[in-house]
Amino acid sequence: MAVTVGVVVFPGTNCEYDVVQAIDGLGGQGQLLWHGDVGLSRVDAVVLPGGFAHGDYLRPGALARFSPIMDAVTEFARAGGPVVGICNGFQVLTEAGLLPGALQKNGRLRFLCQPTPLQVTSTASVLTGLATVGDELMIPINHFSGSYVCDEQTRHELTEGNRVVLRYLDNPNGSVDDIAGIANEAGNVVGLMPHPERASSALLGSEDGLILLRSLLAAALPVAAV
Amino acid sequence: MRFQARVEVHLRDGIADPEGATIERALPALGFDGVAHVRAGRSFSFEVDAADEGAARVKATELADRLLANPVIEQSTLELQALGS
Repeated sequence: MAVTVGVVVFPGTNCEYDVVQAIDGLGGQGQLLWHGDVGLSRVDAVVLPGGFAHGDYLRPGALARFSPIMDAVTEFARAGGPVVGICNGFQVLTEAGLLPGALQKNGRLRFLCQPTPLQVTSTASVLTGLATVGDELMIPINHFSGSYVCDEQTRHELTEGNRVVLRYLDNPNGSVDDIAGIANEAGNVVGLMPHPERASSALLGSEDGLILLRSLLAAALPVAAV
Repeated sequence: MRFQARVEVHLRDGIADPEGATIERALPALGFDGVAHVRAGRSFSFEVDAADEGAARVKATELADRLLANPVIEQSTLELQALGS
């Protein structure tokens, strides 16, 4: 049976179909979920895709955090379910307190939209389980508020806990420690600014995002088998 | 009672403020000398119904901390003023 990945749609989300297509292409089954729903239907993993949830009013992710579905997403995450936030989804996860730190405006106040070289720095997460530490991936970023910031203690915990899963090779936005993606302590909740679904076919210029999405599907399997 | 609340949100000290820095860099070109430490922020105003000023302060502070500011990177200040009935 195909692994079902719920892809949450907030008003203003715009990457949901790209994620569904990439998941379907790998043999999974992407299923759109509306932010106003109070529960998750039977899904094996959840993706919060990119876009501008609630128009990014106030701060990116600040209002999405209060969308009805977020209670169910939080519960799913606490129970160990794989949850991945891409770009705006990463911002939502930090605002919701599912991941530490925050995403600040880019260092030079530029909207950045470009293929970006990354390095896998930990495989202890649902998004990098099939990758190898040191792998270099070319994946696009597309954001204005992507500069990761956190306090010293969080930085220490992320580093010591092997929770920085992806780093920029050429830090484009001023993120602390070149951080492009992090995981929670258990490794089942991951946020990243780059868009793996936009690097899912040679036609798009890169297939480097596939290893990440394959990892997510693989991580979701044990849950599906229960 | 009804109170007028004004909440100002700024980035915490030590958090890079690219907007403030950009404004500061632009000042000399406009002829403004002797201006330093520019920080950009946002201001919100709203009215609160509460039994007294203390209760209004509690409510407005919670609103500021849970929604208007992200305490990870921002801090807020609150001013309250009683409105005539």
